[in-house]
Amino acid sequence: MQLTRRDAILMGVGATFMTALPLHVSAAGEDAIAAFTGGADVGQGDIKLTAPEIAENGNTVPIEVSSETATEIMVLALGNPTPAVATFKYGPLSASRTASTRIRLAGTQDVVAIAKLEDGSFVQATSTVKVTIGGCGG
Amino acid sequence: MADGVKPRVKVPKTASAGEKIVIKTLISHKMESGQRKDGDGNLIPRSIINRFTCDFNGENVVDVVLEPAISTNPYLEFEAVVPESGEFKFTWYDDDGSVYEETKEIAVE
Amino acid sequence: MKRLTATLTIGLVAATLATADPVDDTLVLNGETEIVTRTEAPEAVADVFDEVISGWHFRGDETREMQADDFDNPGMIFVEQAEDVWNTAEGSVGKSCADCHGASEEMAGVRPVYPKWNEEAGEVRTLEMQINDCRETRMGAEKWKYSGGDMINMTALLASVSRGMPVNVAIDGPAQSTWEQGEELYYTRFGQFELSCANCHEDNNGNMIRADHLSQGQINGFPVYRLKNTKLNSAHGRFKGCVRDTRAETFAPGSPEFIALELYVGSRGNGLGVEGPSVRN
Repeated sequence: MQLTRRDAILMGVGATFMTALPLHVSAAGEDAIAAFTGGADVGQGDIKLTAPEIAENGNTVPIEVSSETATEIMVLALGNPTPAVATFKYGPLSASRTASTRIRLAGTQDVVAIAKLEDGSFVQATSTVKVTIGGCGG
Repeated sequence: MADGVKPRVKVPKTASAGEKIVIKTLISHKMESGQRKDGDGNLIPRSIINRFTCDFNGENVVDVVLEPAISTNPYLEFEAVVPESGEFKFTWYDDDGSVYEETKEIAVE
Repeated sequence: MKRLTATLTIGLVAATLATADPVDDTLVLNGETEIVTRTEAPEAVADVFDEVISGWHFRGDETREMQADDFDNPGMIFVEQAEDVWNTAEGSVGKSCADCHGASEEMAGVRPVYPKWNEEAGEVRTLEMQINDCRETRMGAEKWKYSGGDMINMTALLASVSRGMPVNVAIDGPAQSTWEQGEELYYTRFGQFELSCANCHEDNNGNMIRADHLSQGQINGFPVYRLKNTKLNSAHGRFKGCVRDTRAETFAPGSPEFIALELYVGSRGNGLGVEGPSVRN
């Protein structure tokens, strides 16, 4: 994708906002995280979230989560009316702690994956997905 | 049972013991989020697949909680290991109480 | 004030135009079948384009990938549903599609030549019209709604068995007058925005209209599974949406206007591989 000067300015403005404001988590998002972690601290580490930088349509956005040692991974879309997306629990016959699915995003926002690791600790990864509004009823 | 619900599963027919195999699943379902309104402005009630499980010979591979933010026609991809020949069982749980099941045989060579 | 608004709107549209080349990529279906998605311009558009390009090249990475695998392509759910219908007897004659035609794969080669002149009926027929003719006269069954679910699923099945075969609609002979009518429509400006098909898809393909990457408006990928409405969309449904977007009273799916337009637009993509059901945004 080629950027115009205008796009670049807009993205610059967006980036300024992003750095100026901490990750905005709604009350519902906080509740969902607390229910999953039991209030434990959430660090960085063994969790990867792959999502497109720009989604062509917010109705169907492919994402993938992966970890080496997660027992459970919860995915949240913090800008959705209800932030919960899915929770994956891995059983004894899972070959890897990965999963792919397709999700709905109500607009440009942060998608978060929080993993509960085998040692009981929690880690998270965040990815900002820009949701485009097309010109032709897209 | 919601109309036109049809599960699809892709599993290799054979594998070697302990090999990592990719499983893809998809079920045709509207996944009505409970956020939309009809033409008269009334909220359309939520109606989704809220849970999916995959087991092999009675042992769990993955157990997933699905929320309304999962797209129409829910798609899930994950990886499994099979210690011996046997049968995968896939189960989708609908809000309306319906349960959709699909099974696939796999031979370990 | 009205004029000012109109001027502003045009200004905004102009300001949003940005060029983005179609993506350089190759569509290989299920890791096996390579589909022709760019080819030398056919006769109908030889003096307009050097090359005709499928809408697939104008979509993002994730969307293109989704179409390349039959399991990942959600449009294939509807192909499977139509396959069940194909094999089910219906109507007073008690016959299924399969009773006359055999397996659905036997229909390979049908999609690429439609719309097509029907000598007996003395008209150009779309695939939908031919399906309904089969239902009425050979099965004794009710006609399907032109753009209804059953119909669109069946056209997806018929397209799917022809995937990779080059679109090859005939534009000469008895079909010529219908084709010319379609051409006329293609270049006619409609609606408050006074836009013709050509304004977007001929003059501005490759440009961005807001966040949307304008394609050549080829229909070799129809029916299309759109991520937007998560269902299959027919070519006539898309035509209707396009005309509506110009703020015009639109024609109906199955109308003589859209039948002529389908023949004409189809011919602008002669040589491109059939892709239906394709995946678009």
